[in-house]
Parts: sequence; C-alpha cells; structure tokens
Amino acid sequence: MDTNDGPLVPPQHRRVVLGFKDAEDLDAPDLPTESLPLNMGPSHPAMHGTVRMVLEVEGEKISSADIQIGYLHRCFEKESESATWTQVFPYTDRLNYISPMLNNVGYALAVEKLMGIVDDLPERALFIRVIVGEVSRITDHLTCLGAGAMELGAFTVFLYALKAREWLFELLEEVCGARLTSTYLRIGGVSFDLPPEFGPKLLDILARTRVVMSDIGKLLERNRIFRDRMDGIGIITKEDALAYGITGPVGRSTGLAYDVRKDHPYLVYDRFDFDVPVGSVGDNFDRYAVRVEEVNQSMRILEQALATIPAGPFMINNPRVALPPKTETYNSIEAMIAHFKIIMDGIHVPPGEVYSYTEAGNGELGFYIVSDGSGRPWKCRVRPPCLPAVAVLTKVLPGLFIADVVPTFGMMNMIGGECDR
Amino acid sequence: MGFEFHTSSLKAAVNWARKFSLFQYPFVTACCGMEFMSVAAPKYDIARFGAEFPRFSPRQADLLIIVGTITERQGPALRRIYEQMCEPKWVVAFGVCASTGGFYQNYSTMPGADQVVPVDVYIPGCPPRPEQVLDGLILLQERIQRGEGHSQIAIEAEKGYDVPLVAIRPLGSAPSKEKP
Amino acid sequence: MAQIVLDRLAARFTGDEILESGSAHGDEWARIRRDAWIPVAMFLRDDPSTKMEMFIDLTCVDRFGQEPRFDVVLHIYSVSLKHRVRLYCGAPEDDAWVDTLVSVWAGTNWFEREAYDLYGVRFKGHPDLRRILMYPEFVGHPLRKDYPKEKRQPLVRRQAGAPD
Repeated sequence: MDTNDGPLVPPQHRRVVLGFKDAEDLDAPDLPTESLPLNMGPSHPAMHGTVRMVLEVEGEKISSADIQIGYLHRCFEKESESATWTQVFPYTDRLNYISPMLNNVGYALAVEKLMGIVDDLPERALFIRVIVGEVSRITDHLTCLGAGAMELGAFTVFLYALKAREWLFELLEEVCGARLTSTYLRIGGVSFDLPPEFGPKLLDILARTRVVMSDIGKLLERNRIFRDRMDGIGIITKEDALAYGITGPVGRSTGLAYDVRKDHPYLVYDRFDFDVPVGSVGDNFDRYAVRVEEVNQSMRILEQALATIPAGPFMINNPRVALPPKTETYNSIEAMIAHFKIIMDGIHVPPGEVYSYTEAGNGELGFYIVSDGSGRPWKCRVRPPCLPAVAVLTKVLPGLFIADVVPTFGMMNMIGGECDR
Repeated sequence: MGFEFHTSSLKAAVNWARKFSLFQYPFVTACCGMEFMSVAAPKYDIARFGAEFPRFSPRQADLLIIVGTITERQGPALRRIYEQMCEPKWVVAFGVCASTGGFYQNYSTMPGADQVVPVDVYIPGCPPRPEQVLDGLILLQERIQRGEGHSQIAIEAEKGYDVPLVAIRPLGSAPSKEKP
Repeated sequence: MAQIVLDRLAARFTGDEILESGSAHGDEWARIRRDAWIPVAMFLRDDPSTKMEMFIDLTCVDRFGQEPRFDVVLHIYSVSLKHRVRLYCGAPEDDAWVDTLVSVWAGTNWFEREAYDLYGVRFKGHPDLRRILMYPEFVGHPLRKDYPKEKRQPLVRRQAGAPD
C-alpha cells in the first residue's frame, strides 16, 4: 500500500517542512539534548597529513573545535642544531613537501643574509632560484586544488591536477635528480646548472598545464555542488588575518594585500611583471580562486624569467662557501683541504641573528637563524605560514556543519611537515 | 622440515584472488604521501595491480600502507588501526621513515613503524620513486601468493599447523635470547 | 628601514623599559624589560606611526650558559607602513615566565603554547597553556640544550624492552 497518504494521519496533523529550518524549530523545546564529542583524525582520509580535530557537535553543527597538531613533529629545529648549515637543506625540503624548492630558497637566503653575501650571488643563480621556486609554487597549488576537489567528490579534477604535476616533477628530476625532495640549493647558489633544453621543455609543459587548468575550471567553477559547498563557508575576516598572522593565498583571500614578492622583493622578483590576486569575501571559494589565479601569474613569471635568464656561474666565487669543482678537488691539495673543511666543519657563519622571509606556497615563510660562529646553527627556527591558518580554524569552525570542515580545512592547505615541523 | 603449510590448490587460488584485490588503507602522514598520490595517479597507476580504491576505514581494508614518518604521538593510533583490521591483513612500510625512521633520529620520531606493527614489505626511498613502490607491491603480491605474510602465518599457527620458529612468537612478547 | 619604530619606542618609553636596541643585517631589534612586555606590544600595535597590526612569529631561544637563559623573541610587522621589528624579552631559568600577548594579537596563542611545550617558558595569563606539538605524557622540554636529541619516550611498542 502507499505510505504517508493513508487515512491514519489526518491532514491537519501532518508537518510538511519546506525550505531550510534550524534544528531548534523542529525539536520540542523541553527535549533534553547534549553535544556529542566527535573525533576526526589523526589518520585523516583527506590526505592532509595528520591532524586531530576534537569537535563538539550538536546534531550536525559544530559548537566547538579543538584542533590538535603535532602528529608529524619531526624535530626540525633539534636536528638542525646538530647538522652543519648545508646539512639542514634536506630537512627544509620536508617542511612544505609539496613545494620543496621554495623552502630551500627561504633557508638559503636566510643564511646568506646572515653571512652578508646576498649581493655577491651570481645573477644566473638568482634566476634559477626564481624559476625552480615558481615551478614549486605551481606544484603546490595543483596539489592543493586537486586534493581539495577530490575530498568534495571531484575525483577527475584530482587526476587532471596530478597529471600536470607529473610533468613538472619529471622536469625537476632532470634539474636536480629528485622528483620531490630536491635539496637543490646550496648556500651561495645552486648545486647544478639547469640542463640544456630546459627552457623549451618548461614552456611546453606550461602550455599543457594551461589546458589542464582550464579543464579544471570548466569542471568546478560553475558547478552547482562545488559552489554550494565552497561559497560563503569558512569566512575569515581581514582583522583575523592580521591578528593571527595569516599570509599567502589564505590571507590574500580575505582582502589583505600582502605578498612578500611585491612588498619586499627578493632575488630578482622586482624585474618581473606580475599581479597578485586578492580576494574579497574570505570564504573557501575565494581561496580556491586566488590559488588558480596565482598559478597563472606564476606561469607569467616563468615565461619572463626564461626569456631573460643570463648565462654565467651558478655558484658564488668564494672558496669558504662554495665547494671547489671536483677536478680540482682530486688534483690539488688546497682544493681538497677546502672541500674537507666545508664538508666536515660546515660553512662558518659569523655570530649573529637574522630573520629572513620569503613568499612560500602558503604565505610568509620565515627563517629566524641564530649563529654562534661555528659551522652548525645554534637555533634555526621556521616560521610556518600554515600554522596561523590552522589556528584560526578554532574560531572559524564553530557554527559550520561537519561536512563543511572538509573543504574549509582543505583550502587552508595545512601541510603537516610545515605545521608541525 | 622447512615450511609445512596445509596448502592446496584451493589455498593457492584464494591467495591469487587476495593478491589481486587488495583494499588499501593509506595511513598517510608526510611527504611520501605525495608519491603515493603519484602512484595512484594515471601515469603510474596502481589500479592495474588491483589495488586501486583506498578504503578509508580499517574495517574494510586489508592492506595497511604506512606512508611517511610515524611519530611517537601517532603510535597508539597506528596500533589501534592495525588491530581494527580483519585478518588476513598485510602491512607495507612506504618510505624510509616508516621502515627505519629515515634520517630522523630524535625524541619524537619512531624508528620505523615496525616498532608497533609487524611489517611485511619495506619500500625504501625518500620518497621512493613510483616504480619502486610498484616493485614493492609486486613483492608483496608474491609473498601473499606464497602465504608468507605475517598475518597469514599467524592464522596458520593458530590452526595448529607447523610454521617457521621465527614467526611463532606472538605479538607483545619479548624476543628470546637463544638463536632459533 | 624600521628606525622609526626604535625612535618612537625610545621616545615613549623613557624609563629603562627598553634595555637595548639596535640594527643588524637589516633587522631592527629591541630588548624589553619583562614587566613592560605588554605595554610595549600594545603601543607598537596602536601607535599611528608604527601601526604593527600583524603578528608574525613568537619563539624562544635557549642561550645556554648565559643569563637570562631564555629569550622570548617576537616578530611583528606593519602591512600599511611596511616595517618590522624583533623584540626580545629575557626570562631566567629559575623564574621562566613572560606575560602572554594573547590580548594584543590573538595569533600568539598557539605560538606561546609551542614555546611552553618545547622550552618550558610559562606565559602568565594564557587561556589554555598546554602542550601542542608533544603529547601530554611527555616529560621535559625537548628543545632545551640539555635535553638529549635522541631520548625517546615511547607511548607504545610492539615488544616491550626492544632497543630503539
């Protein structure tokens, strides 16, 4: 028989709910309720590393969120205190591991600032650093967009983004030998020169990546489900961004127009013509749109850099900093001793402290370095750009639904290696 | 002497089915997760090995892939997830951090995931190339076919069949001082 | 570049609250007396010629062998005026506390928790001072120079007594 329309329930007693109603309107006012503690993590299916969120929920609405990080604390600072200045580079790779070159750049610039050799760096090294840094930024945003879309169900977008990321990884592998954790930079320059045919290959990949980005845009930007889940969710105000120190795509989506490449140019960014996208609302969709546009701007920078890169040395000409070429190391005693001292003792950095900041994939990546004059750091602090973005979630999540946690957290692009170090 | 498993063509057929239909639980923590995503991506395509769709619940998975560094804080969670899986289950340590701790030797990093769970296949690399991962997966599949995963041996031991001495020691007890 | 910050600080706080200040490698810094930590921070945030509304970083340095042993280091920045400054506040080993800056910049919350977790410096008035990176059962403060790097405190092991 039919279900609801039988004679058992007279019409005047049937409740038909149209539109959206709050749970409180439907419940009887004296029904006892209690909030449910819900644990998300630390093994997170959303592939964002490991974070544990202990949520107090009432129905589907979150009333409070306790975000517990630290499940990937790999002791970057303690390890760097017992490593030489050059040995810290592999540890920096594993900070924001979807854009490892950008971390390398930040750390190298910090040590060079403390040594006072930033002006002696050869121009070609600066251009190479910009190029590999922007390639890393593109892989960062592709991974964030792909993983974020996959969590909302758009698996195709994930596969498209990874396809493009594969091309970039193969290119980086030709440059330095490793797809992901590259350890490409050295103090004073880069470790190898760019391979021949790098320029045409990169331009070809950028052309194909533009097609991929346009495909992703066609799948997502006017997609009703995607827009409903992203528009108006997870709004961060500009005042919060300032008070918490949120920079990068998340900070710029709130309307805070701060980009280290434009406001305090480093390397050769002041020679390139590029825009910095700034959002207005501060919701998830703004963060998505800022990242998409940043990929386009990074491609602009890359094209300009490839067109104007000069020939020349890729490492500083300073025997106390740069390893001598291998032919000399094997054939002359002075070079061998120099090589030995640099490897065993480490590069001697004069005593002092410095804070150096660059624009990494997630925002202002700062390195606060304290040196005591020896070949090992006394303290090497990383100022993680995604830590304040995760901290503000304790303020943003209450009031959202459980399902909103997924896109909000995804668009913050919390990378465990950087947040927990 | 040697292996005396109760084996049969039925067992071989069952193991064949198991090895080509692994439901993976990717316990992703760190940078190796990026290479895991690349392995799942179209170019290196783990789907052609049958291990395609990640089951994001340990109750529905039989292959626990530990991807990335395990910290001491993560230990109880990993142990609990391993215990929630149904047998037979296999564990793959993806990357040097999960195998031995990698180049992290400090107060927070566990020196390898095998401190808390028994691991069947170790895939070294920092991060391992996707081809290395697929090679490790093929090694695991061969091990499954022979019935030599830790969990499969434990099942046989429970049923009372002869298994090599090395594998009899139950989880949680201290290693014996004499050589086996 | 941020000399104006140091000048305004020196003009406003004339009674020895600024113990030292200087400029090195392009960074301006000032060392603040412990009881003036919050007033100096609020002044720098609100004064129209410094306007440092953005909090950047708060950490701690263990100057093992020197007094005061712990230095709480604060980096702040002004987005509108584009200058930044580093502030130090020393805390001796036997009396390791500093006032919390949560009332000035909300973002210092988690950074102070991290400094407490890894160095043991307490922040007076912090709403929720508990460990953030290490687990609650951990004993000690690992980034201190006298904590050995490889001293693990495992929570769970497959075989009790196995060597690390």
